[in-house]
Amino acid sequence: MSQLSEGIFEAFRLIISLDADLLQIVFLSLRISGLSIIIGTLIGVPLGTLLGLKSEKKTRLASKLIFTLMGTPPVVAGLLIYLLLSRMGPFGILGLIYTPTAMIIAQISLATPIIAGLTMVGVRSRGKDVVETALSLGAGPGLITWTVIKESRITILGAIITGFGRIIAEVGAVMIVGGNIAGQTRVMTTAIVLETRRGNFELAIGLGLILLILSFFINSFLYNIQRGARSN
Amino acid sequence: MLTRPDSGHLYIHGNPVPANSNRRLELQRKMALVFQKTLLFRDSVWNNVAYGLKARNYSRKAIELKVNRLLEQVGMQSLAYRRADTLSGGEAQRVAIARAVAFDPELLLLDEPTANLDPGNIELIENMIRQMNRDKNITVIMVTHNVFQARRIADEVIFLDKGKIVEMGSAEKIFTNPDQEKTRLYVEGRMIY
Repeated sequence: MSQLSEGIFEAFRLIISLDADLLQIVFLSLRISGLSIIIGTLIGVPLGTLLGLKSEKKTRLASKLIFTLMGTPPVVAGLLIYLLLSRMGPFGILGLIYTPTAMIIAQISLATPIIAGLTMVGVRSRGKDVVETALSLGAGPGLITWTVIKESRITILGAIITGFGRIIAEVGAVMIVGGNIAGQTRVMTTAIVLETRRGNFELAIGLGLILLILSFFINSFLYNIQRGARSN
Repeated sequence: MLTRPDSGHLYIHGNPVPANSNRRLELQRKMALVFQKTLLFRDSVWNNVAYGLKARNYSRKAIELKVNRLLEQVGMQSLAYRRADTLSGGEAQRVAIARAVAFDPELLLLDEPTANLDPGNIELIENMIRQMNRDKNITVIMVTHNVFQARRIADEVIFLDKGKIVEMGSAEKIFTNPDQEKTRLYVEGRMIY
């Protein structure tokens, strides 16, 4: 109990002192997860929309595959990306292993199936009717697709929130492909693991609380967008 | 044209529907369809009515003019900025018809547009249909199970039973002196099934 209260105190101390190392870790975490969620959305939403508009019969295998990938353990995703990007791997020549780029790739691979899968389910529930209505009003293919995305925006925002929740809290994949290098690839979750291993539980709890507070603010922002979409 | 037919062929003005998607879209843009179960987009009433005009790249000024005039015609101007999916059944159907005729289609297809509506809204929609047909010269093909409604608004009637044409002709002939016994029984309000 005293460790928990000391952890809370440590969290406030870290926030108030604006510790340079902490700020660096926080900004790197936000940069990596932020970029990953943006790229994951740009891939996942069109993919989910496309699959959601096709008949279930034709996309059965793709659906099963996406649902399976939604539950991929982060360490497995991290391991696969590690094998691809390591010096001996097929993309080793790019020198991406133990860089923030490798961490972004790992997080994209975790967020995209979630965004695509949940978008697909959302589009499937109403998409066919929306397409028929848009078509009956003379919309071309581009406008039809945009209308379907707009009509499914509440579900899509829910998918993005879920995807973000998964990657901001993720540790296994970024640890494997990033290497938890201080000042370069250390993010909040990997720092928490390191401090726990070192026995610095107060600092680990403090970092954990900061991560939760950040996650709360980001999710509140996304939730407000979603609420706005519902009432507009 | 929204789905591929299981069998048979589709002709518009005596010409088969083209396979080319651009030509199909061009042809489709001359028609409008209002479904029995209307789907209005999760947007304002105004934007719903403007949808078909935006799809046809009308100028902003032309869209404003047309949408405002139509909303006034269907008595929905006071609800122009209300979210369309919060409207009542009758209001939603009025918006759907306004949306469908906004771009002056040559042909308007209505699939039981007054099903499950109260008499007040039925009268309002029937008047709208008559007005569109008379003032804008739009050909209206309307599906209805309501023989009284068909009698009130149709010029020409096609009587279908189990997907097959039983009889077709002017409304006057069908309702006063039909050729087929089945038609006679139906227009007299007796069961034919």
